[in-house]
Amino acid sequence: MLSRDEDILKAAEDWRKSGRGVALATVMETWGSAPRPIGSNLVIDDKGNFLGSVSGGCVEGAVVTEALDVIESGKPKMLEFGVADETAWNVGLSCGGTIRVYVEKVK
Amino acid sequence: MDLGVLANLNAERAARRAVVVVTDVTSGAQRLVKQSDVMKDPLKDLLEKHLRMAKSGMEETPQGRVFFTVHVPSPQLVITGAVHISQALAPIGQLLGYDVSIVDPRTAFASIERFPDVKVIAEWPDKALPPLNVDRYTAFVALTHDPKIDDPALLHALSRECFYIGALGSRKTHAKRVERLKAAGKSDADIARIHAPIGLPIGAVSPAEIAVSIIGEITARLRQKSETAS
Repeated sequence: MLSRDEDILKAAEDWRKSGRGVALATVMETWGSAPRPIGSNLVIDDKGNFLGSVSGGCVEGAVVTEALDVIESGKPKMLEFGVADETAWNVGLSCGGTIRVYVEKVK
Repeated sequence: MDLGVLANLNAERAARRAVVVVTDVTSGAQRLVKQSDVMKDPLKDLLEKHLRMAKSGMEETPQGRVFFTVHVPSPQLVITGAVHISQALAPIGQLLGYDVSIVDPRTAFASIERFPDVKVIAEWPDKALPPLNVDRYTAFVALTHDPKIDDPALLHALSRECFYIGALGSRKTHAKRVERLKAAGKSDADIARIHAPIGLPIGAVSPAEIAVSIIGEITARLRQKSETAS
């Protein structure tokens, strides 16, 4: 994979080791046109800082918000985004695709 | 993800070894499978498929829905011989995502004018090749037609795990090369790893067409299961 993906996972490790709460988001499934390939990562810390991308900008805000919950609860979540989603007005994918993003805490 | 799993994952990637993270998306259970452990894994067929295609993805298994996060080092293409074919092969290789290096001790060939965007090393193979880390993600081709340069390069490649080795030359030229490599102590099984004559039989004539036939053969070795590759 691309070197910047390596940097994202290294950042996840470094952030956690420095004591920050960290979540990792991964694009696991896509239908139709999707801006980022399966396996793309976003790493989020407990202050809402993030690195990487799961959609090229369309749904990152929503993923970060959910990630803060996951860091709090420790329970992984599968998020789905697409035009048919109820939140589409706010965070839907303008390209018309659907993606599923898995968000897990780095423990 | 456990910090331990993440740290192991990053260590494997830094060492240029393939690794897969297997996540049960229903329970959240997760484990790391190193390349060396794939064959003894209960999911070995799926792991092998995803590693070969270098693709992450979701799979239905008897244990439920499982996501494979695949991390494979970027492949490299090492070319011995800064020749005319290499001038086409290097940019095609780069287009396909390979890190390309060219080795040729003849400075008149290995010039930046002839290869403006490629790493060219104007040294003998014995000196140039060891630092290149020729590993299982490396395709290796010898194109100089000169045994003084090609033979030591091929001996180096045969001592490594590279997924493809090819050498330019007719059947007659290759038969002589086989004799020399045997004299240098290489077994028949070792020598059989060399694709020669090099490239897929597509009737290539020009240097660029020969480059296409070579990269086609390399791609087949990279993507097809070994028993179905020609």
